[in-house]
Amino acid sequence: MSEEKDLQNTFPHLSRRGFFKGSAALLGGALISQLPFETNAYARYGADDTIKVALIGCGGRGTGAAIQALSTQGKVKLVAMADAFRDRLDESFTAVSTKFPDKSRVDVPEKNKFVGFDAYKKAIPLADVVILATPPGFRPIHFEEAVNAGKHIFMEKPVATDGPGVRRVLAAAEIAKKKNLNVVVGLQRRYQNAYLETIKRINDGAIGDITSAQAYWHNAGVWVRPRKEGQTEMEYQMRNWYYFNWLCGDHILEQHIHNIDVVNWVKNDYPVSAQGMGGRQVRNGKDHGEIFDHHYVEFTYADGTIFNSQCRHQPGTMNRVEEVFVGTKGRATLSGDGKGIVTDLKGGSIYNHRSKNDPDPYQTEHDKLFAAIRSGSVINNAEYGAKSTMTAILGRNATYSGQVIKWDDALNTQISIMPEKFAWDAPTPTKPDANGNYPIPTPGVTRVI
Amino acid sequence: MNLHKFITSGAVTVILLVAAGFTNKQPLPNSVANSFQEDKFDPYRETIPGTKVSFELVPIKGGEFRMGSPATEAKRKPDEGPQHKVKIEPFWMGKYEVTWDEFEIFVYKEIEKQSMNASSMAATGPSDAVSRPSPPYLDMTFGMGKSGFPAINMTQFGALTYCKWLTAKTGHFYRLPTEAEWEYACRAGATTAYSFGDDPTGLDEYSWNFNNSNAGTKKVGSKKPNAWGLYDMHGNVAEWTLDQYDPNFYAQFAKATATNPWLKPTKLYAHTLRGGSWDDDPDALRSAARQFSKPVWKQRDPQIPKSQWWFTDASFVGFRVVRPLKQPSAEEIAKYWSEPIKDYGS
Repeated sequence: MSEEKDLQNTFPHLSRRGFFKGSAALLGGALISQLPFETNAYARYGADDTIKVALIGCGGRGTGAAIQALSTQGKVKLVAMADAFRDRLDESFTAVSTKFPDKSRVDVPEKNKFVGFDAYKKAIPLADVVILATPPGFRPIHFEEAVNAGKHIFMEKPVATDGPGVRRVLAAAEIAKKKNLNVVVGLQRRYQNAYLETIKRINDGAIGDITSAQAYWHNAGVWVRPRKEGQTEMEYQMRNWYYFNWLCGDHILEQHIHNIDVVNWVKNDYPVSAQGMGGRQVRNGKDHGEIFDHHYVEFTYADGTIFNSQCRHQPGTMNRVEEVFVGTKGRATLSGDGKGIVTDLKGGSIYNHRSKNDPDPYQTEHDKLFAAIRSGSVINNAEYGAKSTMTAILGRNATYSGQVIKWDDALNTQISIMPEKFAWDAPTPTKPDANGNYPIPTPGVTRVI
Repeated sequence: MNLHKFITSGAVTVILLVAAGFTNKQPLPNSVANSFQEDKFDPYRETIPGTKVSFELVPIKGGEFRMGSPATEAKRKPDEGPQHKVKIEPFWMGKYEVTWDEFEIFVYKEIEKQSMNASSMAATGPSDAVSRPSPPYLDMTFGMGKSGFPAINMTQFGALTYCKWLTAKTGHFYRLPTEAEWEYACRAGATTAYSFGDDPTGLDEYSWNFNNSNAGTKKVGSKKPNAWGLYDMHGNVAEWTLDQYDPNFYAQFAKATATNPWLKPTKLYAHTLRGGSWDDDPDALRSAARQFSKPVWKQRDPQIPKSQWWFTDASFVGFRVVRPLKQPSAEEIAKYWSEPIKDYGS
């Protein structure tokens, strides 16, 4: 099989010519030239200190994020909403206005509700803070637009689904830094007491030098949205976005990034290479697109530390969502439900976090963001958000290809998995065959870089 | 084999085609066999049809008791009074809290399919008409253990819908206990703070609580039962009842005997739980102690609307089932099932 055939096997929309052309458009230096410098964006609010918010991506998570933004201290108001689908926008509007019936918090007139692929372009200019919560494939273009417009940003993880997307986010992150924009990324463990307190102890040497790490995201999986009569292929994929790589990036990225990010955080570094294995065993229906249901990846850091990452979406199997660090003097186990346990190598307790009265980390993210905006200080999570996104993509590259993949090669790849055009009748990056099945990545065959 | 029960549009029609069992050489499913025992009111084991998973039921005779705590009881709270007379109809009650072994068959259709043999596949029809929980976003065991451990973190709606599913599968009407039924069964004839007496130091023999649980649920039935043979009524997990929580509910019964009292829920919060959990101190484990659900139990659910099936922060919440001796009519049964109420982050 030719290289091109191999590529098309994985990413059928890409001819060699096609992806080089596409990537050139992605990589342009247009960003830098549009850079208006601003010192303290807060000064712009004038006499009325209301912070105006636009929600881009009105699904369940975006709606939750909007409610959290509106629950922060001080005057804050939702003024614009954007989504690809009108029904999602309407459901979201109902939810936020049920929670906040007062117009001082939610004031989104019909003219500020925008629908379609370019809806974000119309909503972003109307706000001081934008919430980016669409499926992750769109994050790079939305983040770029928001940074160029000089807006403060809350963006959900992950922040891209391929190497070119990550590069785009990293480039925009540099501009955000120069503009003193606040950027909070929804890796909420970074804002959770159990993690902050336990990792402080790890950093203070409680377990000695870290020699290895394990991370797990094992559960049953998520929703499936079946195909409906009359949908174009693009609409179907947008609705059932979890199962398509250009939109979701596979569950190793979409969910397991939380655990991967914790390991990067504690290591204060990013892996240099990865190898691993994965596949589809139970999630193999037509509604399951192209993604795997299990991955096992061995990441290697520059100092030789090995990080074993496991994620699985298989009902009925062992559930576990956790990170474990082993050091020369002890072990630490952390999890999102508030666990933070540090022991010596014989199991003797060093620290056990009691999380019963800890604040909600999803709320804390927004509290810190809005407090920073009001005080004129700057939080910028974009770089670690992008690099932990890249780490999970590196892992996916390893399991899809069955090869050892190097960080630099994965980050700098010319292969974009995004569509060349966004429209309801535009071709999708991957297409079903005559039986409705999608091409599945095949280790040993699939090329990823 | 023909199915002996159907569910249509939320209303349950239970049609026992017992004759089908006689015209067929296959053994009767347990659910049909059990229906012959209704008058006997004995302990029995219900097998979830088509699976190897079963649970045990204990008969609780009808009677009268004084509900709530006397004003003299140590650590008593105002919502436990006034103490009043309650009359209860007979019912069976789960000997143990519902375990993950049982609950996951309901949560994951795939598990149900895999655990069924070919001949029993036909029996999936009616239960398919009951909606099932969305797969949980988090690991809902929170690492505390699964097989033999109580199922946790489900909402009252999730627990009640399990009962609806179980009813459809077995043909027996299962539901949550009312608060009154729960307290009656917990006391097992005792009038003391706990079913075994007033002294909390006795709890260690009967209960998994904050002092002995090492921060987690434990396998059901690993402590002593109460006088009526029910395990883990004090501790392990706090158990859902069928009631809306109202601290003043008892006042209306101060002067007259209440017969099968039940405050049917109309609001998402708060619902009543009983029995206390692994995370509770002794005062919350008393027979009369009432707990109620709180929005903070879903604080880490990042989606809006929040899940109608799961809590993210209530690993101390579980339930057990009851079955009234007199099986109600389909119309009566339908009144027990609730429609989900959207949770916009109350």
